[in-house]
Amino acid sequence: MTTQQIIFWFLSVVAVFCAIMVITRKNPVFSVLYLIITFFAISGHYILLNAQFLAIVNVIVYAGAIMVLFLFVLMLMNLNKESEPQKNKYMLWSGAIAGGMLMLVLIDAVRPEQKVQIYDGLSGGDVGLVKNLGTRLFTDYLVPFEISSILFLSAMIGAVVIGKKD
Amino acid sequence: MPIEYYTFLACIIFGIGVIGVLTRRNAIIIFMCIELMLNAVNLLLVAFSKMHYAKAVASGQQDILTAASEGQLFVFFIMVVAAVEVSVGLAIIVMMYRNTHNVDINFLNRLKN
Repeated sequence: MTTQQIIFWFLSVVAVFCAIMVITRKNPVFSVLYLIITFFAISGHYILLNAQFLAIVNVIVYAGAIMVLFLFVLMLMNLNKESEPQKNKYMLWSGAIAGGMLMLVLIDAVRPEQKVQIYDGLSGGDVGLVKNLGTRLFTDYLVPFEISSILFLSAMIGAVVIGKKD
Repeated sequence: MPIEYYTFLACIIFGIGVIGVLTRRNAIIIFMCIELMLNAVNLLLVAFSKMHYAKAVASGQQDILTAASEGQLFVFFIMVVAAVEVSVGLAIIVMMYRNTHNVDINFLNRLKN
């Protein structure tokens, strides 16, 4: 077992365990904290897959900004107490079974045709560094990049309009 | 490390997100489960990007960087859309809370009132 495999299994176990904890905790604040740990584990996977820029963006945007936003809303609405009485057990079990079925189908459907070894004896290089991705982003993907800026602007205006007290 | 392991992991995390959406009733936790599903898809895209890199190296392709960076750019745009979605969605949840003083989705099954 190489070092990369040990890191892979450790990060996978952490990610799956914390993802399960996210959907089982009663207190929403614990769910947010476990989700942050899951995002850190996925960032570790990105580094393992030579996507360094995406790992940093994942930490900054997801674990930094979005989760703080979630926590902020939870604290603002005073929801950090254990609420949510689950009255219908059948709905819970049917939802869990249906989701599990979908998971099994997905695992079989997404399986690649032939076995491809990734990161065995590969240096990986500078695919995921800022230089390469930025060059691609500002040459081939310039129009989607600018459109995403307009999307951000419209989302900002929409959030202000929706959140405004009338 | 074969690519199957990454597809298994991404599908498991995606399935956990689906189960969370189907079983929980707190609107904010449902929203977090959607984020979890988005991250599973991102992980799968990055793994396939690495797979394309390995294939390009194996076949002696010239522009290796071009072949490998497509998936990572796609992940970048998914993150942009996720940030936009969270800002608008949380504004909607705050508005719902202001109207009903609850974020339980069973109280929100009608659009009227």
